[in-house]
Amino acid sequence: MPVVSMTVNGKAVSADVDPRTLLVQYLRENLRLTGTHVGCDTSQCGACVVHVNGAAIKSCTALAVALEGANVTTIEGLAQGGKLHPMQEAFRENHGLQCGFCTPGMIMSAVDIVNRKGNKLEEKLIREELEGNICRCTGYHNIVKAISAGAEAMGG
Amino acid sequence: MYPFTYHQPENARKAATVAGKLEDAKFLAGGMTLLPTMKQRLASPANLVDLAKCDDLRGIEVAARSVTIGAMTRHVDVANSKELQEAIPALADLAGMIGDPAVRNRGTIGGSLANNDPAADYPAAALALGATIVTNKRKIEAEQYFTGLFETALEDGEVITKVVFPIPAKAGYEKFRNPASRYAIVGVFVAKKGSEVRVAVTGAGSSGVFRATKIEAALTAKFSSKSLEGVKMPAEGLNSDIHADAEYRAHLITVMAKRATDKAK
Amino acid sequence: MSMSGIGAPVRRKEDFRFITGKGHYTDDINRPGQAHAVFLRSPHAHATINRIDASAALKMPGVLAVFTGDDLAADKVGGLICGWMIHSKDGSPMKAGAHPALAQGKVRYVGDHVAVVIADTYAQAREAAEKIVVDYTVLPAVTDMNAAVKPGAPVVHDVASDNTVYNWHLGDKAATDAAFAKAKHVTKLDIVNNRLVPNAMEPRAAVGDYDFGADSFTLYTTSQNPHVARLVLSAFIGIAPEHKLRVIAPDVGGGFGSKIFIYAEETVCVWASKKVGRPVKWTADRTEAFLADAHGRDHITHAELALDDKGKILGLRVNTKANLGAYLSTFSSSVPTYLYAPLLSGQYDIPAIYAEVDGIYTTTAPVDAYRGAGRPEATFVVERLMEVAAREIGVDPAQFRKKNFVTKFPHQTPVIMCYDAGDYNASLEKALEMADYKNVGKRKRESAKKGLLRGVGISAYIEACGIAPSAAVGSLGAGVGLWESAEVRVNPIGTVEILTGSHSHGQGHETTFAQLVSSRLGVPIDNVSIVHGDTDKVQMGMGTYGSRSGAVGMSAIVKALDKIEAKAKKVAAYVLEASDADIEFKDGKFSVKGTDKSVDFPSVALQAYIAHKFNGQDLEPGLKESAFWDPTNFTFPAGVHICELEIDPQTGVTRIDRWTAVDDFGEIINPMIVEGQVHGGIAQGIGQALCEGAVYNKDGQLLTASYMDYTMPRADDVPSYNVGMTQTRCPSNPLGIKGCGEAGAIAAPPAVVNALTDALGHENVPMPATPHAVWRAAQSTIAKQAAE
Ligand SMILES: Cc1cc2nc3c(=O)[nH]c(=O)nc-3n(C[C@H](O)[C@H](O)[C@H](O)COP(=O)(O)OP(=O)(O)OC[C@H]3O[C@@H](n4cnc5c(N)ncnc54)[C@H](O)[C@@H]3O)c2cc1C
Ligand code: FES
Ligand code: FES
Repeated sequence: MPVVSMTVNGKAVSADVDPRTLLVQYLRENLRLTGTHVGCDTSQCGACVVHVNGAAIKSCTALAVALEGANVTTIEGLAQGGKLHPMQEAFRENHGLQCGFCTPGMIMSAVDIVNRKGNKLEEKLIREELEGNICRCTGYHNIVKAISAGAEAMGG
Repeated sequence: MYPFTYHQPENARKAATVAGKLEDAKFLAGGMTLLPTMKQRLASPANLVDLAKCDDLRGIEVAARSVTIGAMTRHVDVANSKELQEAIPALADLAGMIGDPAVRNRGTIGGSLANNDPAADYPAAALALGATIVTNKRKIEAEQYFTGLFETALEDGEVITKVVFPIPAKAGYEKFRNPASRYAIVGVFVAKKGSEVRVAVTGAGSSGVFRATKIEAALTAKFSSKSLEGVKMPAEGLNSDIHADAEYRAHLITVMAKRATDKAK
Repeated sequence: MSMSGIGAPVRRKEDFRFITGKGHYTDDINRPGQAHAVFLRSPHAHATINRIDASAALKMPGVLAVFTGDDLAADKVGGLICGWMIHSKDGSPMKAGAHPALAQGKVRYVGDHVAVVIADTYAQAREAAEKIVVDYTVLPAVTDMNAAVKPGAPVVHDVASDNTVYNWHLGDKAATDAAFAKAKHVTKLDIVNNRLVPNAMEPRAAVGDYDFGADSFTLYTTSQNPHVARLVLSAFIGIAPEHKLRVIAPDVGGGFGSKIFIYAEETVCVWASKKVGRPVKWTADRTEAFLADAHGRDHITHAELALDDKGKILGLRVNTKANLGAYLSTFSSSVPTYLYAPLLSGQYDIPAIYAEVDGIYTTTAPVDAYRGAGRPEATFVVERLMEVAAREIGVDPAQFRKKNFVTKFPHQTPVIMCYDAGDYNASLEKALEMADYKNVGKRKRESAKKGLLRGVGISAYIEACGIAPSAAVGSLGAGVGLWESAEVRVNPIGTVEILTGSHSHGQGHETTFAQLVSSRLGVPIDNVSIVHGDTDKVQMGMGTYGSRSGAVGMSAIVKALDKIEAKAKKVAAYVLEASDADIEFKDGKFSVKGTDKSVDFPSVALQAYIAHKFNGQDLEPGLKESAFWDPTNFTFPAGVHICELEIDPQTGVTRIDRWTAVDDFGEIINPMIVEGQVHGGIAQGIGQALCEGAVYNKDGQLLTASYMDYTMPRADDVPSYNVGMTQTRCPSNPLGIKGCGEAGAIAAPPAVVNALTDALGHENVPMPATPHAVWRAAQSTIAKQAAE
């Protein structure tokens, strides 16, 4: 079995894995980072979104072996120095979550949207950018509000 | 997933060599189609040849008359390329409509064309623009390349290296999304070059992407959405499924063609 | 109102763990030495099993065991049950076929459980499952209800040779016939309420763990009601007596009904953990969720509304066929009967109602409660009829509703329910105002200029929440009591633990319940923790569904808090050296009436435990009380939703332009959370109306078994919602709460369809009104417009 090493949430990690291991399994099973969730088999729900080398990807649709040397950030790595990320704060402040299952993926996607599209986000754009993230609980209203507020807060 | 052996060659030539030597090998590009298929145990290659480290397969080059896109260029890079937005804005636009942001961050043009999903977007652009698919072995004209549902002219172990798109005078793409999967129920790419108008339709045909000659004729007469008023596409040969029957698809082809023509730049 | 008390939009206490990725869902739990289960599922909708050959599978690497229905039977593991007895018109009990956890001799839907493989890893189990050889004789499938009841149709269960589980009815047939006989106008409608797949984002999962030393089982599972799961697994399925079975439902990622039921997989995992001597884990993938989670809705209905010459309703007649799927799931029998027909009076004064419901077996996944459970189906019937009737007699739909609203309370309907409080006019008026209803005409003209069809639709819904009192539901056939329990444990330093039988899977109980305690005891909400979802910690409870946690669950807490206050007053009396009759409790302080002597709550708590100030014979030490609350009635949240939308007739695409919701939920503990519940419900309702539908083909294959084909509403399918409230207190519980969890899902579908049909100018559009369906429906609209 190949040894796969990467940097996850700023820490060097490495594990022996079967080549079949998906990034999400590597995170959840080998590293016990269970904040990244699996909600579907068809790469559509976005519960598994993490950042790899700064870009949002679906960790259920990437092989761990293929990401040797990559820099991965998961929901567990977003808060820095014990302080919540502004997007995390915004989700709490705006009630952007209910059961919390989609939330890690939503927040990781939200941060990625801001990274790409800036701090002033129109409602329509946010809704379009969320195409790859499904939430069954919130009806999206408060997620959209949270992302808009989080985007502004990320601007400082 | 079934077990496989993983290979990661660092250039296209090595990739082709490795794949040529191994039993039952498959290339892995963005993995956005191949991995879900393997997870559902619908594909089970014994060897997976990952193209991710083949830097020679990446990049967009704009020349005077054509644009060349490396097979491993991701949808996001095609969508965001300033040069491409100048040269063939419709193509950049199309790449930005594929899947969702996370899919665009991984999926590649080579993977999309190799896969030739009948509901994928790129095939419409390749056919309408008269692209050339370049492999490690040869150059294949789009007309000869798409041979059926998920079928292409590619041979086992043949790797797409790049795709060459002639620059049109004007082009536009419009897509009617499947409400569930967001792939194309109907996608129409309209391209005008000199006096020739080519219109390719994806998502609708029961044997994959095809040219809509009726619409081409109308637009050749005059390149305006008004020319398509009353143009009815035949429903024969179109798909029917739970999302759309052939008649609806036929109707949508005209509607999308009009909108693509209006958008054409 | 304090910053954290009742009525304040307190930010949720549970959020920190979820936004930092530190939640604990069932699939996050791993037990030492655990093995993995994979279920072999039927590829056929209907087949007899001649033989199962697991010999090759057993030789695969890592495989510990393969079990089939025979193994369960040999161990005397009972079948899954349906906990609500329904009687047919003729008094005969419903015809319930056996429901073994693993098939015995026959499979009845695609996804039915044939065998389970247990192996060291998930991959090994999955590989081995493919090696099991099953010899089937395929039988014809029957997925359509009308076909299922025809003579000669394939029989799903021998006990019901006509595939009819029951022919049930409610109401007064003679009185209703008489009402129709004198009607001036009768509106008739054929309605299909589409089948839905609940799709909580967290797939179901279970870890069974047997402790040989203690001879006891633990089951970690994605459950909305772990105590009911334990009760059923013990008393009916016979896994182990209740004191030897602990069920833990940790963080649960959404339920919407689908996690109420006791399923095969959980049952098998807990049983198998003893058989293989290792913990056994199973997590559904999404395909399994589509195939084997209980589905929702799936009714076909013919309904008629009788009006007099002044537009007053005289009577309502409803005939419904309800698809129950291949087996009766845990509460399935009650959903199209007692959770449906009693709501057919809507918000209206209807003198006579008669409803007939046939429950039908088909070779499809079991159908059970899904958000709203019966009430959305009833509301859809009533609100579509109201709209169409108004159009037929040429009266404004809002006015027509007003004319027929119930205005005096209590109001006894002809179908069991006694509405206790409400002001339906107030909600309608407010909603019309917020929706700018009077200018709809102008907006329609503007849309028309752009080639778009605009429509507006009203839905005035009522629901019955709480599902209680126990004696009443018992008399209707419920197998359990529907009260709730609570225990309040005050610690010596004055912090408080609330043990509740309610369960939270997104509803925010850790916050709202703490707000209640904070308000009552004057302690900061951070000093209150809520314990739920563990049968070893919480004595007995009924769980969360039917929007019952506020009205029933919190009422139980109030009752326990009353006892705490009474006891604490006694302690305070000793401390303050006064008589307990003179002790007042306010803002967290006990004081002696008319003096400035006082002591705060934490000090009293400490005194209760150190027990130095009183004699143990006069007063028991400690401060811990429990209570069970059994309500006196259902609660009746009601409201009005208005949908305004635009159709592009060229493509059939519908865009919802504005959504107005005005709801009367009685007293509200946390408006932020309540609004969130409304939003989520509306999105599910819009999903039903525009996107979602489970489709089986003739052979019983589920064509919509993934997100590639089943359309989940996404962010760009739904609008922002404009949510308002009106308030009448609920008289049947101490807090005046009515419940809010299902309102949106109940209200939304008819609002959307009424708006669509308004835009189209005719009534022929099915749910889900996908672009394809709307485009078809718009063809006749376009033709008519062209002709004009
Ligand atoms: C949620 C989701 C939504 C999507 N929506 C859309 C959409 O709207 N429109 C659309 O067009 N697509 C859509 N896709 C598909 C997406 O665009 C994929 O990126 C694409 O189909 C395959 O590209 P890939 O790079 O991921 O290839 P892979 O999945 O890695 O490979 C696909 C196939 O191509 C072969 N292959 C890959 N590269 C080469 C090469 N250079 N030479 C020869 N063979 C090669 C592989 O062996 C494999 O058989 C979606 C995918 C997902 C998961
Ligand atoms: S689990 Fe990755 S997209 Fe659903
Ligand atoms: S909060 Fe439950 S799925 Fe989004």
